[in-house]
Amino acid sequence: MIQVQNVRKSFGDLEVLKGIDVEVQKGEVLSVIGGSGSGKSTLLYCINAIEKIQGGKILVDNIDVHDKATNKDQLRQKLGMVFQQWNSFPHMTVLENVALAPQVVKKMSKAEAIEIAKKELEHVGLGDKFDVYPTKMSGGQQQRLAIARALAMRPDYMLFDEVTSALDPELVGEVLDTLRVLREEGMTMICVTHEIAFAREVSDQVAFFHQGVIEEIGPPEQVISNPQKETTQSFLSKVLS
Amino acid sequence: MGGLFTPLSWNDAGFILTGIWNTILISGVSILIGTVLGVLIGFARAESNKTVNFLLGSVLDVLRSVPLIIQLILFSTFMGVMGSPLPPFFAGTIVLSLYTMAFMGEVFRGGFESVQNSMIVAARSLGMTYWQALRYVRFPIGLRSVFPAWLGVALSVIKDSALVSVIGYMELLRTSEQLISRTQQPLEILIGVGIFYFIISYPLSMYGRRVERKNAL
Ligand SMILES: Nc1ncnc2c1ncn2[C@@H]1O[C@H](COP(=O)(O)OP(=O)(O)O)[C@@H](O)[C@H]1O
Ligand SMILES: [Mg+2]
Repeated sequence: MIQVQNVRKSFGDLEVLKGIDVEVQKGEVLSVIGGSGSGKSTLLYCINAIEKIQGGKILVDNIDVHDKATNKDQLRQKLGMVFQQWNSFPHMTVLENVALAPQVVKKMSKAEAIEIAKKELEHVGLGDKFDVYPTKMSGGQQQRLAIARALAMRPDYMLFDEVTSALDPELVGEVLDTLRVLREEGMTMICVTHEIAFAREVSDQVAFFHQGVIEEIGPPEQVISNPQKETTQSFLSKVLS
Repeated sequence: MGGLFTPLSWNDAGFILTGIWNTILISGVSILIGTVLGVLIGFARAESNKTVNFLLGSVLDVLRSVPLIIQLILFSTFMGVMGSPLPPFFAGTIVLSLYTMAFMGEVFRGGFESVQNSMIVAARSLGMTYWQALRYVRFPIGLRSVFPAWLGVALSVIKDSALVSVIGYMELLRTSEQLISRTQQPLEILIGVGIFYFIISYPLSMYGRRVERKNAL
């Protein structure tokens, strides 16, 4: 379970998260929607301990993420993260991209890591690309590679930060399909996304961010189909039009 | 014969080979040391704050701006005046290595800075430590991208190593000069020396250009 409790985060004088509360149970999917600059990415970075917080608490399986005593590198093995930019390692083949972290971080043997990497690449539909260099692939393929790379660490949670925003429209579908597969398999996920239809389809909860606070949170039938707040309504009418 | 001057003969081959060997030796050692130091300096500059960067940058600027020939004479004279003159090979290697470092430092700094921070964050998000992300992601990507620039600096060091002759090191140019003063055949000898530098440099620079073109794709 991921518990975010009254989290405050500032960059200098700019308060970006102004008391965020949200819980994600095992097996649940939380989608985060909201305008650009509202603090969505920052929340994911704070959950993954990439950014520090100035107030509140984040617990992942009851581990206090921002406690000094917490081993952040170990914690991140629980939390797979995929970004808007896929960041494939250009000096390695697709298979090596995925097999790297299990070897380096988990100290697996090369054979073991390769086996897992192959499995995860097949998982995301890249079973025919093992020996290709990622720069020769499309954005959609590289984004699926990034998902496989995260999955190879066998995380308990996946954090997705606008993973389709940098893609050409015709490549968005294949990446969303991969997320649907994970959802079917019961992966616990937080998806920051602009794909409202997708959020409505896969989410257990949808949170609408506005200027560093969660304006509205609830099941998609409420937040997306029947929003209560005026800010939510105007955001949705803008992105859906 | 018995004259003052004796023409070039096969007996001189050993002497010329010594010169060639010494050129290769001092270039190779200086490029090696300069590269290792350059990687460290480049990394320090890519990582450190403005003040450290300014200080490091100033030292490197001096090394890059003062002509190598002056640095060589200055350093070897200085060591002499201090009462501990160095053999030409050592004095030359020290100066040429630092000179190489000054250029390599900028090359590697550019390489490390070209690796976007988001790439490192992606590596860290997989659970890699700072050092693991450095070792497996930032270093290999940064180093690979600068290979053509590295080769360019290395080639100019090979050519610049001829200047170490001014402090008495018996590299190719100096051995040739001695042969010239004995044989009075400057044209043949200097053209030979030129061809030697060309044979070493040209294929390498072609190779560098090919890699560059491949990287650009
Ligand atoms: N590293 C940073 N330094 C300073 N300001 C930042 C940094 N990262 C994000 N911000 C600011 O925090 C706010 C929220 O950013 P972000 O979480 O990326 O928004 P979103 O993902 O919702 O578009 C923005 O105003 C952004 O400019
Ligand atoms: Mg964002």
